[in-house]
Amino acid sequence: MNLSPTQYDTLVKRASPKSKSPKTIIQAFLIGGAICTVGQLLRTWFLSLDISQTHTATLVAASLVALSALLTGLGIYDNIAKYAGAGTLVPITGFANAVVSPALEFKSEGFILGVGAKIFIIAGPVIAYGTIASVIYGVIYWLFTAAF
Amino acid sequence: MELLTDCIKAFVVGGLLCAIGQILIDYTKLTPARILVSFVVSGVILGGIGLYEPLVKFAGAGATVPLTGFGYSLANGVREAVDNEGLIGALTGGLCASSGGITAAMLLAVLVALLFHSHDKS
Repeated sequence: MNLSPTQYDTLVKRASPKSKSPKTIIQAFLIGGAICTVGQLLRTWFLSLDISQTHTATLVAASLVALSALLTGLGIYDNIAKYAGAGTLVPITGFANAVVSPALEFKSEGFILGVGAKIFIIAGPVIAYGTIASVIYGVIYWLFTAAF
Repeated sequence: MELLTDCIKAFVVGGLLCAIGQILIDYTKLTPARILVSFVVSGVILGGIGLYEPLVKFAGAGATVPLTGFGYSLANGVREAVDNEGLIGALTGGLCASSGGITAAMLLAVLVALLFHSHDKS
């Protein structure tokens, strides 16, 4: 079958499931909100144990990462993600999923260049550009506080 | 009662941030990886200019759990480090403040890879 790239594009568009609807946005809202509510329950619980604000933030992040890693390992997180879209992507659990998922997928390529390298395939750019942005902010902040 | 209102606020704000992500997926050509990067960088900018702090005060985990909160903690860490140590803090503050989540993700990824097998992506 000979197809021009534009014909092929239309075929792909017709064949791929339609995801552009208010329904996906509502699903993302509900699941994303639910994940943040779990975070809030953990946060309230840690704060009630007299743990400092800073440590609470770290513990909430680490707990959600652990929960997401477990659910990813069991294959449950990806099933929720099919339904929730950005609802499972935007929370820190989505970040954890983006680290754990390639770890499983590339295990067959070994633990150094398979798992060790591929865990950063999405997390790498996120950490890199986030950190670079924070350095730029830090320099600007330093200029302002040192100069004025 | 306070717990309930805190949870509702976290649910609504966290849900809205995720809905913004979904709108970006549906109506722009941004890939999930680009959306995550944009969220973190936006969090750094909003945290830096002081707009994210009120949201965290209001919504708690609803503002800290989404990846914009990750950016916010990077910005906060850098500001504290610059306050305490001067310009060198710009290099160290960000990763210091966000190291917990990143380290947990790396550790658990390797643990999960040891314990589980890849699932068929059907």
